[in-house]
Amino acid sequence: MAIHRVWRVGENVDTDALAPGAYMKLSIADMAQHCLEARYPALAASLRPGDVIVAGPGFGIGSSREQAVGVLVQLGVKAVIAPSFSGLYFRNAFNLGLLAIVCPDAEKIPEDGFVEIDTERAVVRVYAAQADAPAHPMQELDCEKLPSFLVQMAAEGGLLAQLQRKYAAP
Amino acid sequence: MAAQTLAQKLIARACHRDAVAVGEIVTCDVDLAMFHDSSGPRRLKPMLDKLGARIWNKSKVVLVMDHYVPEEDDDSRRILKIARDWAREQQLPHVYDSIGICHVVLPQKGHLRPGMFCVGGDSHSPTGGAFGAYMFGIGSTEMLGVVVTGKIWIKTPQTIAMHWSGRLAEGVTAKDMMLHMTGLYGSNGANYSAIEYTGTAVAALSMQERMTLSNMSAELGAQAGLIAPDETTREYLHSMGVEVDTDMDYWRTDDDADCEIRRFDASALSPMVAAPHSPANVHPVEDLRGTPVQIAYIGACTGAKLDDLRAAAEVLKGRRIDPGVRLMVAPATLRDQQDAQQEGIMDTLVNAGAQVFATSCGACSGYGNALAGASNVISSTARNFKGRMGSADTNVYLASPYTVAASAVLGHIADPRDILAEAR
Repeated sequence: MAIHRVWRVGENVDTDALAPGAYMKLSIADMAQHCLEARYPALAASLRPGDVIVAGPGFGIGSSREQAVGVLVQLGVKAVIAPSFSGLYFRNAFNLGLLAIVCPDAEKIPEDGFVEIDTERAVVRVYAAQADAPAHPMQELDCEKLPSFLVQMAAEGGLLAQLQRKYAAP
Repeated sequence: MAAQTLAQKLIARACHRDAVAVGEIVTCDVDLAMFHDSSGPRRLKPMLDKLGARIWNKSKVVLVMDHYVPEEDDDSRRILKIARDWAREQQLPHVYDSIGICHVVLPQKGHLRPGMFCVGGDSHSPTGGAFGAYMFGIGSTEMLGVVVTGKIWIKTPQTIAMHWSGRLAEGVTAKDMMLHMTGLYGSNGANYSAIEYTGTAVAALSMQERMTLSNMSAELGAQAGLIAPDETTREYLHSMGVEVDTDMDYWRTDDDADCEIRRFDASALSPMVAAPHSPANVHPVEDLRGTPVQIAYIGACTGAKLDDLRAAAEVLKGRRIDPGVRLMVAPATLRDQQDAQQEGIMDTLVNAGAQVFATSCGACSGYGNALAGASNVISSTARNFKGRMGSADTNVYLASPYTVAASAVLGHIADPRDILAEAR
């Protein structure tokens, strides 16, 4: 299972901070450079493919704009782990292939830590350093069990990829 | 059969079942899919082309151009061209271009009826719940799924009944009720449940005021914001040319249904204001009185319908706004603007010093007429996230149109009840 570097953000991170209205006319690649600039100006440039965002409650509140998911996917983010999500953002996440993991104790995950996400057993394993994985987790946090169709949707790259396979089939 | 909430009944009908249990995941047939120029064609067309798929039922699709109109720059013109070309190419029967904001246009054009199951490509889609329809917002990729299959999955939500007894005092509105609730429960306090608004204070509200409640259910993080249909619903729909043929008595929560009830007294409610930068940072107007404002904005689906314009005019009649304030008014729809014109309301607003803007989403979403630079803004819109209205240096206070108008007159946040009392 993959090990992901963690970036921490606070509570109620809104869609207008993730994908600001003023940049909604831009391509997703250009918009991604402005992701969270009003709240965490350095974050977009720091994120690397495979990283994970750990947030406070209420991640993704606000607009239906799925670009608020798209910019994170564009920046290579694999998952967002938070005690709660906006329900609309949660749906958008899986539709675009991003895992949204509901973990009541998400805020126990430290800023410079590493995580492993086990959707099958519905746990997040937390590591102090990358070298500790997989043998020495600091802690194991329970998450809400995801319906299997959502896990599969994210694994297949989202709803569009799934529909493409369906419509390509003879 | 087990007692059901209104939400459960609406979902059960849409998935062809007698009943659904809370927490159950089902697939529903969609009666109506609405999207706009930002969430719609520019995102859907390339994906549809990629799939080589067709729209499942064009008569059930509504396209509204409201976000990037009127076009301010080449990017906006490009986005609108995509929408208009696609609408023509697909021969969509229901297209509303530059006549107002989707959530208000939809019922005015007779597309909503009690009992329907609808999705919208916009987070304020719960507005449709005011008509006893289950309506919720989805993203563009999920909309693509609906547009090609006519179906969508849903996890049957818990219902929270927000029960408002008593009656609102003069100068206090549905917006104040909503701000009070977002302040109490927080921006995601409803955790994707279905809210149902009940009680004498809700029954007494006009349809447009009810729409404000349902609309801002999004600010509580609810999936839907429902109001059981009644005579007010029937009369409004009739005036929009829709005759309700469904059994209105069926579309209500059964007495014994499992639902959490939260109680409020409308009579005790003050005008409320959400301070920067969250719709949940709410205080009674008394606590923020005196805060200077440079811009007063009356706009958006939640704050510039005919009833909202009437409220603002009540305060502004025979007055001039403070010279240090810029009052911007962007009516929610052309129809509301025309009705307001006939009632003399537009003249009242202009004579007070208001500048009138196009009937579109405008500055609310930061897409058009974006507010630049440092200033305090008092606004009848739904969201005051940092940077939303165009500048991260802007401090946005959310309030009812009464409170926005009163603040424009005095140049600082003001209690509209004082001005209304003076007028008598």
